[in-house]
Amino acid sequence: MNSTPSTAPDIAINVEGLSKSFGGRAVVQNLSMQVKRGSIYGFLGPNGSGKTTTIRMLCGLLTPDSGEGTCLGYDIRRDADKIKRQVGYMTQRFSLYQDLSVRENLEFVARLYGLSNARQAARDMIQRIGLNGREEQLAGELSGGWKQRLALGACTLPNPQLLLLDEPTAGVDPKARRDFWNEIHALAADGLTVLVSTHYMDEAERCHEIAYIAYGNLLAHGTVDEVIAQSALSTWTVTGDDLNGLADELSGKPGVDMVAPFGTSLHVSGRDKAALESSVAPYRENRGWNWQHGDPSLEDVFIDLMGRSKDNFQ
Amino acid sequence: MSTTDTNSARRNVREPSFGFWWRSYAMLVKEFIQLRRDRVSFAMIVMLPVMQLVLFGFAINTTPRHLPTAVLLQEDSDLARSILKAMENTAYFRFTHEVHSVAEFDDLLQSGKVLFGVEIPRGFERAVRRGDHPALLVAADATDPVAAGSALGTLNGIVQTALAHDLQAGDPPSTPFEIRAHSRYNPAASSRLNIVPGLVGTILTMTMLIFTALSVTREIERGTMESLLSMPIKPVEVMFGKIIPYVIVGFVQATLIIGIGVLLFGVPILGSLATLALLTTLFITTNLAIGYTFSTIVQNQLQAMQLSMMFFLPSILLSGFMFPFAGMPRWAQYIGECLPLTHFVRIVRAIMLKGATIQNLQYDTIALIALMLLAMTIAVTRFRRTLD
Repeated sequence: MNSTPSTAPDIAINVEGLSKSFGGRAVVQNLSMQVKRGSIYGFLGPNGSGKTTTIRMLCGLLTPDSGEGTCLGYDIRRDADKIKRQVGYMTQRFSLYQDLSVRENLEFVARLYGLSNARQAARDMIQRIGLNGREEQLAGELSGGWKQRLALGACTLPNPQLLLLDEPTAGVDPKARRDFWNEIHALAADGLTVLVSTHYMDEAERCHEIAYIAYGNLLAHGTVDEVIAQSALSTWTVTGDDLNGLADELSGKPGVDMVAPFGTSLHVSGRDKAALESSVAPYRENRGWNWQHGDPSLEDVFIDLMGRSKDNFQ
Repeated sequence: MSTTDTNSARRNVREPSFGFWWRSYAMLVKEFIQLRRDRVSFAMIVMLPVMQLVLFGFAINTTPRHLPTAVLLQEDSDLARSILKAMENTAYFRFTHEVHSVAEFDDLLQSGKVLFGVEIPRGFERAVRRGDHPALLVAADATDPVAAGSALGTLNGIVQTALAHDLQAGDPPSTPFEIRAHSRYNPAASSRLNIVPGLVGTILTMTMLIFTALSVTREIERGTMESLLSMPIKPVEVMFGKIIPYVIVGFVQATLIIGIGVLLFGVPILGSLATLALLTTLFITTNLAIGYTFSTIVQNQLQAMQLSMMFFLPSILLSGFMFPFAGMPRWAQYIGECLPLTHFVRIVRAIMLKGATIQNLQYDTIALIALMLLAMTIAVTRFRRTLD
């Protein structure tokens, strides 16, 4: 891991040793990360793992207790004002004005950033996010999917260099979710850097790079394939009858760290490959089951990381 | 890598031209729209002043003492001195100024520095001894009839007792001279004339304070503060954006109250309407700034309401609106001087009932400006720019 924060032109976010605690409880501990310009960086981790706190520190909404770094080449402690002009932040909870219409919200943002023609900028954005016909509807009356589009529109309106999206697709239907991701890929193709936090594994797989954070610690990062390879997790996929019974029997056996049903199959994983082999060997004789050795899924890796980090940090 | 040239990206981050004005304007437009959508608040702007005016159609009776009095002493005689001594002994009058011209005398009354003026004419003692039945003029500022009335009522009796020592047996009996009491500004001693201008200030204090006291906490409670803070707006811009719409609202309210006062209660406006409008706007802005300061201190809307009430109550009781200011103990007067309503009650009564000019009201105007700037400074420094 590169340990010196640099202002290399191809790095959008470069932070080192960020820590933040609230009321004596450490929420983020010694977190370091680098995000390349123009990439989509997925930020994963369980609830309360410090994702939102990290994002807020990146855009100057929170001051880190310790650690330093740069965002778009600006110091996150000293240059919060400059960072704010270049960063679009989409909050986890809808935070535009519910009692303002779609158009009024966008015009407000355009004026705040000093865009020369706020009305025109708002009109263009309404076209772009497909909200035409709803310009005069109050933001509070929009459905979840439309609210999310409006929020994305508002934070991309001032042409930022970096988007920070905090669980943007929570509670949004699959079609809207797919449209949203297509939009994000289009923005990234234009050179925008996107840092997006999510709980969804399919969304993680749409990112160029991902980072997994739990209990304030960055546990793994890299491309999806790298993260899976780093995990050193050995996984067997079982299909067949009475998988529930098999799951009960296998869990707790030496070498078996995790047993998880996936639809009609069962994933049996462990870090100690040899121990896992010997534990499952007796069951592989059974004709009723079909055993296949394969790569763990991203979810297997994350559940495993989460379970381990619990032992280490709690 | 990306298509974006980083050098140009960093150059983009210049302050946009007129950034301050655009951002303040953005905030202001937003606040106006939100106010228009908030029908309850909108109704309050009109209903509150009308209801209060109709309800507070009565006076509060007290007997204040030690009222500041000026003396225009055109003769330095024993008789004159014992009359003044006797007046002071009643505890109603306290001689604070001795003046030497009628102009000074009038100016003190007009600016509200004194509530009474006593004029001892030249050759008074000689005229009394000759039995010419001369007149002693006591001018009273009757804009507050309660304060003036009871003091004036004691005049005749006390002067008689005072004279008992100085007049020899051979002097003419009973009333050797006349006391001519002159109730200035409010000859009919109508308490409405006093209450209505004071109500302008009271109603404005209440509505203005609450409007801005809720403004920042509302953004926090609705979660909109998070995205507002993530955008490049400065505390002073947020403040102006939140105050200016309500200056206009307050101005409309003040016009409404004064209009009703003039049309329904027959209160005159003797002074300049422009001065009244100017100083009323100053008072409105001061209250909005104080409310906004509260809003940057408290945690939620309930606390904001409580703090506003804690400020509002002393404003009513200690400003001279309800009880004559001059009759209050010294410590209460000091508290009163720190409240904008105290200064505005003086200003609005002086302009409407006495025709005072801005020169007469310099002290109170400067006090209002000072309070406004103090509140704004606290608000801008207290405003939290992060969510820490």
